[in-house]
Amino acid sequence: MRVWKFGDNIDTDAIIPGRFLTIYDPGELAKHAFEGTRPEFAGEVKEGDIIVAGKNFGCGSSREHAPIALKGAGITMVIAESFARIFYRNAINVGLLPIVCHQAGIIMEGTPVMVNLDEGYLVADGKRLAIEPIPGFLKRIVDCGGLVEYAQSLEEVPACTVSQR
Amino acid sequence: MGATITEKIFSRKCGRDIHAGEVVMAPVDNAMIHDITGPLAIQKFLEMGGIKVHNPDQVTMLFDHQVPADSIEAAENQVYMRKFAESQGIHNYDIREGVCHQVTMELGKAAPGEIIVGADSHTCMYGAGGAFATGIGSTDMGFALKFGALYFRVPETIHVVANGSFRKRVGPKDLILAIAADIGADGATYKAIEFTGDTFRGMDMAGRMTCSNMAIEMGAKAGIVPPDQVTWDYIRQKRDITPFSLESDPDAVYAEMRTYDVTTLSPQVAVPHNVDLGVDVGEVAGTHVDQVFIGSCTNGRFEDLAEAAEVLGTRAFAPDVRVIIIPASRTEYLKALRAGLIERFVEAGALVEAPCCGPCMGGAFGLLAPGEVSLSTSNRNFRGRQGSTAASVYLCSPATAAASAIHGKITDPREV
Repeated sequence: MRVWKFGDNIDTDAIIPGRFLTIYDPGELAKHAFEGTRPEFAGEVKEGDIIVAGKNFGCGSSREHAPIALKGAGITMVIAESFARIFYRNAINVGLLPIVCHQAGIIMEGTPVMVNLDEGYLVADGKRLAIEPIPGFLKRIVDCGGLVEYAQSLEEVPACTVSQR
Repeated sequence: MGATITEKIFSRKCGRDIHAGEVVMAPVDNAMIHDITGPLAIQKFLEMGGIKVHNPDQVTMLFDHQVPADSIEAAENQVYMRKFAESQGIHNYDIREGVCHQVTMELGKAAPGEIIVGADSHTCMYGAGGAFATGIGSTDMGFALKFGALYFRVPETIHVVANGSFRKRVGPKDLILAIAADIGADGATYKAIEFTGDTFRGMDMAGRMTCSNMAIEMGAKAGIVPPDQVTWDYIRQKRDITPFSLESDPDAVYAEMRTYDVTTLSPQVAVPHNVDLGVDVGEVAGTHVDQVFIGSCTNGRFEDLAEAAEVLGTRAFAPDVRVIIIPASRTEYLKALRAGLIERFVEAGALVEAPCCGPCMGGAFGLLAPGEVSLSTSNRNFRGRQGSTAASVYLCSPATAAASAIHGKITDPREV
């Protein structure tokens, strides 16, 4: 498992440039992940690797190609100080785990990271850092493996029902 | 405790008081899909077991990012969507009408108090029409197509108040770039922005759309201008709807309030590679530009083109600058054509393209080579957004774009 470290405001154009948006296959998208901004990524990334980033990860376009490309590349989770809203939701929907850790900035490239989602912390370089819980209504989607899987279990949705926060 | 306009929209929709922070499965009034995110949304709809969309009349489908199809893959995606539209009874506007957000507004598919989702981040533009409108991904869109509803976490609101009149050749784009620089690229994440004050009241719909459009550039979920006479006059030209009162209560609780005095505002330019890096035009004046793009959902309306034409006057564009001008829709194109603007632009040396996203999309055409500089009236200047990651994109108003295109370098529009 390798930790790929990124900075602040990593936008979805950086994750997957606009010229590849006619592609929908995860494996094909993965070949172009971070093309131009982190050229070695697509060739070296391995199944089970993790991305650690600063604030506002995934800002910009609503393109779901971005989390799909990362998942297709084998990335299992993105740990960031904060996420852009649409990316966060998209990641959960496609089964890529977005983890908010306000101290993610101190995790160095290549440092092994162990995440304990249930107890709300991660350990990196011997340091225990708090992570934010995934909101209840999204946790159910995570537990199903994604929104498609969750939706398959629903016949209809009762409009205006309040959910767990 | 009073309610914000966002809380009121959700409360009206659900028939009871809903407050920021609550998560509701809210019905959506309209769902917009285009050629880039649409095929995946349809695929997800089908994977969810979808057979018939919840209500085909509440789906807006059109193609704008890669039109006419610029590759076999794009052509195939469009065929896939056409077939889906036909099988579902969805009206497909195809490649005819223009950029999705402009067209959705023109068609009257976003009205005050409505909840709209679009599989495109700049869907927040419909907040200019008093709607709660937000961009979503394709899987969420698949869900919305199937169920006609979606989970929303009702956001807190940042209250943005702007007062005063713009100086000559300073306008809504300069204001929203200044606001983005102040709030920051993630300053409004998970929040709605409400735009009030006499500056917004005095803006036409085109200017309001420019501002609401860029709410996402601060991370916002929505960017709403409370509906007034201007809003109702606009929407009532498009559909039969009775005006009603929709505004935040005086004692509404805001997350934050920011006030701006526009009387001293100068033309703004967002420098590479983030939208929140806005500076006064004077700080970057003289920067050589290779390409100038006037268009997009942010600034491709008739009013924007007229502003550019006013600055241009009878001059020509600099011969070493590629000037690409794209009206945001067929309707706006016709207005510009009839007003003689298109003829003037072509005479001056511009390439005027048919309505579409153009270079803003960074894939169809108008791409930049390494080391090149683009000045653009669109909404994003991320590294690689318009081609090579070694190119630079600056953002500005139509007036600044036109002035700069005349001189081949970034130019204060007040000095031409």
